[in-house]
Amino acid sequence: MSDAGRHPLFTAAIYAGGLIFGLGLAISGMARPEVVLDFLQFEDFGLLFVMGGAAVVTGIVFAVATRLDSTAPLTGSEYTRRVKEFDRNVIVGGVVFGVGWGISGICPGAAYASVGIGNLPILWAIAGMFLGAYGQGYIRSRGSN
Amino acid sequence: MTALTPLLAAGELFPRGVLPYLLGGLLVGAGASVIYLSTGIIAGASTFLESTLSYVSDVDRFNRFKYVQSRGWRVVFTAGIVSGAALWSFLLGPELTAAMPSFASTAGLATEAGAWTTDVQWWRLLGGGVLVGVGTRLGKGCTSGHGVCGVGSVSNTSLVNVATFMAFAIGTAQLVQAVGVSP
Repeated sequence: MSDAGRHPLFTAAIYAGGLIFGLGLAISGMARPEVVLDFLQFEDFGLLFVMGGAAVVTGIVFAVATRLDSTAPLTGSEYTRRVKEFDRNVIVGGVVFGVGWGISGICPGAAYASVGIGNLPILWAIAGMFLGAYGQGYIRSRGSN
Repeated sequence: MTALTPLLAAGELFPRGVLPYLLGGLLVGAGASVIYLSTGIIAGASTFLESTLSYVSDVDRFNRFKYVQSRGWRVVFTAGIVSGAALWSFLLGPELTAAMPSFASTAGLATEAGAWTTDVQWWRLLGGGVLVGVGTRLGKGCTSGHGVCGVGSVSNTSLVNVATFMAFAIGTAQLVQAVGVSP
């Protein structure tokens, strides 16, 4: 779908959703690597409530919306689950991501939110994520040609 | 005394309290829900990396249709995340702390509102970031795509991915602590 054909409120809705998402990441402390590392080191189990609370909300909304069998007002797209296909990379990627998360205490969404709370050192992590994504895509591009 | 024991145990598990975590989690879910209900899009934060690379790189993989057609809204979503966090830290957080000191003291994190920087060393952020960048792309998602939206839609792929990264993140963080790297 091209930008030209989009509903005028499309961008506003995405921005509003991101704003609430980022607000939540800041309030919960997930935007702070120290809080995440405290969780992974079993010193503060609060993060269970962040992921749990978020998944319960999306779970209810997804379940109700897909049962309505109607379409999203701003795009006309049907409400689907769009479940990702399982393959070996889901495990390998999970391992690599887990090791990275355990070293740095940072994941993509939380890193963006961390910029918003004034955490400039986090730009190291964001630079690293772009480097990693670029390297992975570059190597895969060469492999498939 | 016997009545106090479980309370003390709960206090040790949650030294910062539970309220800010729960409130934050509900908002994260609400943010994803606003996007899903209005547009049908299941939002994840990590695809931003490769879709944004398509602006500056001619590598085939970053210029696939699904990245090029979604890169615009992904930038908007990310800008929303940054400004939502800023809104809390610089405006709502201090206001709420002043207006409701009892909430602030219960919700330990609320008292830390305002600009904040990490003490975690730069090489941990950079090195961990590289692995996060590789891992989320290989594994088709991150803590928001798989952890929030995938788990929310009871996707087996996401549940396996989340269980894997949780186990390895805990193992790694414990190892890093055991060899004495801090912060």
